[in-house]
Amino acid sequence: MMKVLHIAWKDLIVTFRDRAALILMLAAPFVLTLGMGFITGRFSGGSGDISGVRDIPVILVNLDDGELSEALVSIFTSEELRDLLEPTLTADLASARQQIDDDQAAAAVIIPAGFSAGVLQPAAGGGSSQAASIELYISPARPTTAAIIRSIVEGFLSQVETGRIGGEVAVSQLIASGRLAPEEAMSAGIEIGSRLGSDPAATALITVRSLSGQAEEQAPFDPLAYLAPGMALLFLMYTVSLGGSSLLAEQREGTLQRMRTTPTSSSQVLGGKLFGVYLTGVAQLVILISASALLFRIDWGRPLDVFLLVLAVVAGAAGWGTLLAAISKTPTQASSMGMALMLAFGILGGSFFGGAQLPLPMEILSKITPNAWGLAGFSALALGGTLGDILPSIGPLLVMGAILFAIAVVLFRRRGLGRG
Amino acid sequence: MTAIVEVDQLVKRYPGAAEPAVDRVSFAILQGEVFSLLGPNGAGKTTTISVLSCLLEPTSGDARLAGHSVRTEPHAVRRVIGVVPQDIALYPTLSARQNLMFWGRMYGMTGGELRRRVEEVLETVGLRERAKERIEAYSGGMKRRINIAAGLLHRPQIVFMDEPTVGIDPQSRRNILEMVKLLNGQGMTVLYTTHYMEEAQELSHRIGIIDHGRLIALGTLAELTRLVGEKDAVELKIAAEHSTPELLAALGRVPGVEQVTADDGTLRLLATDANAALPEVIIAANSRGVRVANVAIQEPNLEAVFLHLTGRALRD
Repeated sequence: MMKVLHIAWKDLIVTFRDRAALILMLAAPFVLTLGMGFITGRFSGGSGDISGVRDIPVILVNLDDGELSEALVSIFTSEELRDLLEPTLTADLASARQQIDDDQAAAAVIIPAGFSAGVLQPAAGGGSSQAASIELYISPARPTTAAIIRSIVEGFLSQVETGRIGGEVAVSQLIASGRLAPEEAMSAGIEIGSRLGSDPAATALITVRSLSGQAEEQAPFDPLAYLAPGMALLFLMYTVSLGGSSLLAEQREGTLQRMRTTPTSSSQVLGGKLFGVYLTGVAQLVILISASALLFRIDWGRPLDVFLLVLAVVAGAAGWGTLLAAISKTPTQASSMGMALMLAFGILGGSFFGGAQLPLPMEILSKITPNAWGLAGFSALALGGTLGDILPSIGPLLVMGAILFAIAVVLFRRRGLGRG
Repeated sequence: MTAIVEVDQLVKRYPGAAEPAVDRVSFAILQGEVFSLLGPNGAGKTTTISVLSCLLEPTSGDARLAGHSVRTEPHAVRRVIGVVPQDIALYPTLSARQNLMFWGRMYGMTGGELRRRVEEVLETVGLRERAKERIEAYSGGMKRRINIAAGLLHRPQIVFMDEPTVGIDPQSRRNILEMVKLLNGQGMTVLYTTHYMEEAQELSHRIGIIDHGRLIALGTLAELTRLVGEKDAVELKIAAEHSTPELLAALGRVPGVEQVTADDGTLRLLATDANAALPEVIIAANSRGVRVANVAIQEPNLEAVFLHLTGRALRD
């Protein structure tokens, strides 16, 4: 038994001295988690943020005195966008343009006089309303933040258009049903359209509102608590395939043959190598989880439960790694197949996005991946789950590991390893 | 002295191979002996050592090491042998000391005994001062020395050294040869394979010459050279491009010349009387426009023995 541990420990040291391996085992998942954290706005402060960008300076030039312009201003100054935007109100158009030219703000939103009236009151003769025209004067030096301003304004205009059409439809139906006299149609239409178009609640950003809605339904869920294990599991597959291929590498380098000239049985050699793969995988996940908990403040759940899940998920992954080594002829072949398996399992298992977004057959197929079971377990723990909640993940992972290890050992023995 | 290695009609045939790699080889090595297996590349030296190391199962025949059969008691055999493989079999990213600690543990050593022994073998190979450095930072010669040290940790009764001087500089080669003598002086039995006749001549108590898997001669250096009889070995240096089959055939027709081989610009002849044959040899060469740059008449050596036995040079 001691020789098995010595071989495994040696493999752990050898792997952790391989700079290229360390980059893929530890640095890559860490950096990707960091990057995805920025993309999801996890590192940008308030929960309402949708990106890492914040405090965008924007100038609102409101030359209109109608309800719609007030509604647009209220959007820009709303609580939901408080962290994202830093709006300034002014009626001085020239000054606003000058500030944009001087790159003091990302964009000026210029609401012309008569904008509300132009939208809400139809033109003489009962024709369609005049086209709503809001000018966006943007800074070419800030294309990204200017685009965010543009999208907010376009969202507002879309809502206004929805309100206007809604008003027309409602009035037509009221007239057709006899509940509204034709002579009352204009005033009723203006009222309905105005209410639909200018209701700040109706014009609030859907994404912001939907996030708030989710937060009310369940315990707060940190997106990094999904992304970090996703990346860790993705690169765990790299580690186990590297570990598996190390057996073939030792065969190529002659150290495996040398081991077999010592009074060490082939079973001990194979056991040590397989345990080395397992030990390295556990070490990788423990380091990644500890580092992300400390640096990203990710709450992974109760440490003991997390550790038990780590042991199980590495068992499943290491099973795949050793099976790869058992069916490969060279270390290069094992590495190439390992990379392919890593990506395939990453996609199938939800390391890049949730398994629920996959078509049903793919979702079923995802059950062969340690990633899917592992992510389910880690997500459960991050949402406050306990050991009982992760048992449905731990069980299949251990079974997966046991079956794959058994197949690998049989294949290795056919190749003359692990016998005697 | 008693035989510590007894090889009996050993055969090893690889699957699909037309000829066995080792063909009915029998020999014995006495305790405390340095025994060399000398032969060209592909002669079957490494396969023989692999079977004796229990890495390969013999197709037929058997070998007993310190009384243990490689067929039936491989685990016991592994306890009494130390193997120094032909290629460097170490972990490059581990230090020399870490490598030795690991290999010592594989031989079942632990604790203070292991640590003491590691320091001893580091001292023996002269690398104690650099034991903390990673193997990947070592020169080829230094790697070879640690490669040897790893096979000595458990004080084996028999050490197998498979071409331990291949590809290293002359100084490192000299170090290794001295180390073999030192180990043998400490009572270790050594089975040494090489295709360098100088090494076999310098180190060995007895030498087995192996070719195409068969042991074609066995004995002390004196016994083997007597096989050549009273023949002289003559070495001629010519321009390499002149070393043609026609020239070799012409030299072979000179009276008194028995065998001729060529190794680039070096021609080796076996002659019953070198002094009598040489003028004719030089005339034959000159008549074909070949200028002989140097001529040396040598005492019979293993090269001549091999040439005598096989008709080929050792490096062919």
